[in-house]
Amino acid sequence: MVEPAVDLTHHDHHHDHHAHHGPEGLLKYIWSTDHKIIAMQYLFTGMAMAVIGGFMAYVFRMQLAFPGLSVPGYGVVSPGEYNSLVTNHGTIMIFWVAMPVLIAAFGNFLIPLMIGADDMVFPRINRLSFQVFFVSAVLILASLFVEGGGFAGAWTAYPPLSANEAYNLTPLGSSLWLIAVALEFVAFLLGGINFITTLMNSRAPGMRAFDVPVVVWMIVIASILFMLSVGPLIAGAVMLLFDQTLGTGFFDPGRGGDPILWQHLFWFFGHPEVYVVLLPAMGVVAEIITTFARKKLFAYRTVIFTVVATGVLSFFVWAHHQFIAGIDPRMANLFTITTLLISVPIAELCFVYIATLYGGSITLNTPMLWALAFIAEFLIGGVTGIFLGAAGADVFFHDTYFVLAHFHYTFFPIAIIGTFAALTYWFPKMFGKMLDDRLGKIHFWGTILPFNFIFIPLFVLGMGGQHRRIYNYNHFPELSVDWMQNTRIFATVSLLIMLAFQVVFFVNVIKSWRSGEKAPKNPWKANSLEWTTESPPPHGNWPPSELPNVYRGPYEYSHPDREEDYWPQNLPA
Amino acid sequence: MIDFILSQGSSYAAGLDRLVLLILLIVGFWFLLAQSIFFGFIMKFRAKPGQKAQYITGKEKHQKRWVTYPHLAVLVFDVAIVIASFNVWYTIKMDLPPADAEIRVIGQQWAWTFQHPGADGTLDTPDDIFTIDELHVENGKTYHYKLESRDVLHDFSVPVWRLKQDAVPGRSITGWFQPTESGTFDVQCAEICGFGHGLMAARVIVEDAGQHADWVAANTPEAS
Amino acid sequence: MKPIATTRSATGIQTGKLAVWWVLASEVVIFGGLLASYIMHRLGHPEWADAAAVTNTTIGAINTFVLLTSSLTAVLAHQAAERGDGPRAARFLGFTILGALTFIGIKAYEWSYEISHGYTILTNTFWSFYYTAAGLHALHVIAGAIIMGFVALDARKNIELHRVELIGIYWHFVDVVWIFLFPLLYIAK
Repeated sequence: MVEPAVDLTHHDHHHDHHAHHGPEGLLKYIWSTDHKIIAMQYLFTGMAMAVIGGFMAYVFRMQLAFPGLSVPGYGVVSPGEYNSLVTNHGTIMIFWVAMPVLIAAFGNFLIPLMIGADDMVFPRINRLSFQVFFVSAVLILASLFVEGGGFAGAWTAYPPLSANEAYNLTPLGSSLWLIAVALEFVAFLLGGINFITTLMNSRAPGMRAFDVPVVVWMIVIASILFMLSVGPLIAGAVMLLFDQTLGTGFFDPGRGGDPILWQHLFWFFGHPEVYVVLLPAMGVVAEIITTFARKKLFAYRTVIFTVVATGVLSFFVWAHHQFIAGIDPRMANLFTITTLLISVPIAELCFVYIATLYGGSITLNTPMLWALAFIAEFLIGGVTGIFLGAAGADVFFHDTYFVLAHFHYTFFPIAIIGTFAALTYWFPKMFGKMLDDRLGKIHFWGTILPFNFIFIPLFVLGMGGQHRRIYNYNHFPELSVDWMQNTRIFATVSLLIMLAFQVVFFVNVIKSWRSGEKAPKNPWKANSLEWTTESPPPHGNWPPSELPNVYRGPYEYSHPDREEDYWPQNLPA
Repeated sequence: MIDFILSQGSSYAAGLDRLVLLILLIVGFWFLLAQSIFFGFIMKFRAKPGQKAQYITGKEKHQKRWVTYPHLAVLVFDVAIVIASFNVWYTIKMDLPPADAEIRVIGQQWAWTFQHPGADGTLDTPDDIFTIDELHVENGKTYHYKLESRDVLHDFSVPVWRLKQDAVPGRSITGWFQPTESGTFDVQCAEICGFGHGLMAARVIVEDAGQHADWVAANTPEAS
Repeated sequence: MKPIATTRSATGIQTGKLAVWWVLASEVVIFGGLLASYIMHRLGHPEWADAAAVTNTTIGAINTFVLLTSSLTAVLAHQAAERGDGPRAARFLGFTILGALTFIGIKAYEWSYEISHGYTILTNTFWSFYYTAAGLHALHVIAGAIIMGFVALDARKNIELHRVELIGIYWHFVDVVWIFLFPLLYIAK
């Protein structure tokens, strides 16, 4: 219970006092500006969208495994619907799952707590950002049900297909999709302002730049990357929207426009965007492995500088998505160089994380398993990217399932493994209860093992030349051979198993929330500031007179001068 | 690696496959090394009662070395891959060996039109042969293709030849290939182009000189 | 009630100012992307010079002068706010808003003239860029004027005077964007 700083003259809890309680009851969820409530709003919206995106994957993988058959819970999948399913699966997973959960939910929850602040600096803009985001979520879902159906031109939305309803046959769906994405961008621009300025200015007294936990740095650097890269795409989205609705010809070659311009505008954002989602996930992993290996993060400053270098370099690699798009071939050589160069700082980050484990005292509980799995699986995603970044090899691999498997080996660790790592680690702080570790491990293995059995086969299919976004391979004699179709079925069955195991997670959450063991302030004996307050933290995070001061960095584990193997940041020397 | 599944049906297929193999060997080595060290550390440094973890900052040079040297090594290998990639890319996309014949490939929603020179051997003359979804070429001859689109973006992809190029409306993009194996092979569209994208299956028929000449003779339109 | 977090300033720079600069950074990239696209198109289409010949350089120049003057009054408003003179700051903000309205009015006249003579957003891609770029800019002028109105109302009562500087910074940005648009759309013929 929050102690009021001033003696109250009456006990009515619905009015503001010096001990500010915030709105109560259901109104809390519409009017609250508390960063923790807003975080929950983003988290639950994101997870609901994940269920929808996952359902879409289930439907289109069933179509691929058993072409033409009615999919239970959906029906027969037409070619147009198939394209719409893969389009919206990708769009929803990136913009309405990965970003809101990793950046908005965990950023909102963690940043003020980890820097010892009582809230973000602009709580009302924070609330506005969620409201805009929520509208964007409603719009993208609405786009699936309008006449003509949802947009079906891939998440990359290349014109002329996306610009002209005569080609895409989904006039309403296309424009709603575009507006939804644009609104999501606005929401994250608004949110980013809060994250960046709050970190820059509102740190606890004594908290120097390199005393800030890495996950906070990562989320803020990701926000900066986002804010600096999304602009050209917003401009492009306005142009595409005008092409769709007014009949302008920005991307129409018959009217002096250029379809390739869209590709440049899209990928100039699209490539930094993957680092926008990667960085927060890597930050989460850093927090977890330091806590459960009881070790300092290896070369913390190097990590920060490497991440900034990666961010800067990410602006110079975009055209590796366009090697065979008709760009000047000499440009392709340039982008091969920059793309392979960016593998260097990413490799460094992986090495640093592995080095952090050296000499540690490792506990393999559920959050640690997720964090370690991130490293192992992301390594596969990273090395398979080399095949695509080298233009000479990309001539073969472009638009094949090899690309798809590569980016699922990066996105899945980011969006799914990263999320479960963060959720299982901070669940006690967020909800005040401990999760069941045994159920957690069952869920972990039931997710990780099938995941590999879905996507390794897809690398093989890609090497056989199988192209993407095709609803049925029966028209291609080389691709409809038995071993390939059996491989597709195998991948689909693995997906079904993986989806089934997600039930374990929901059971764990509900069971723990209702009757789980009550969480202490610091169940993991970690150092950062969020573990010094109640679980869950009250409105204002700490009593106003007890906001923490900071005396050291966040990774002082197993310090030789200390009896305890951890040293919270807020304890005086 | 690719050739375990697909034959090397063009003159530049083997070079591309060798690049892929080179990349596989290099990244495979790093991958196995990193994963084994990673799993090795996890096993070796499990929590033991009474034993504290080591306090390592990673700031001192002798500690940083363990990360700096590997990542410099990664850089060296990257350079090797870049050079190998340049060579393959140059051969396929920048070079244009003299052509024995030209064809035009036109993508549209949702079919491929192929324009072959007729008996006179020259493209864009009245005796040209137009086919839908069926490309006929002669084994061993060098072809230039002119790739166009009537509506949206498409992509002309022939996996056995390791050939792939986007078709951009408003442009005619030139490329080349030389088939080295007779047979009938898949052509796929590799850029989503509407709901019929998966229906744009075409076939390329590579024939020896005699068979091809017969086909040309049989299909050249009559002089009007 | 403002959080305690808003009272801290580890960088020494006021939080609101930091926020405005970050907003401007993202806006620069938006307009930058649009203008870069325009420039790339223009370089590839020399015939656009004929379309650009029609734009009215005189009106463009007048509007440039209007905006520059309004930036001057915004600076004077900031000076007054620094001295704690809220009502004076509000008056100068009022002049700035007047400048914004004048700009929009002139633009409305200019566009109705051009549209009535058959130059619409659909005429050709030059005109598409013209209306899109200038339109996006005009939206920012209007939005800025509205926010400035709220700041001025508060300033008159000597409340939140620091916001006068912040809206001024935003206003200078809007001005700078126009300084790029003017040569690209009007002078380059």
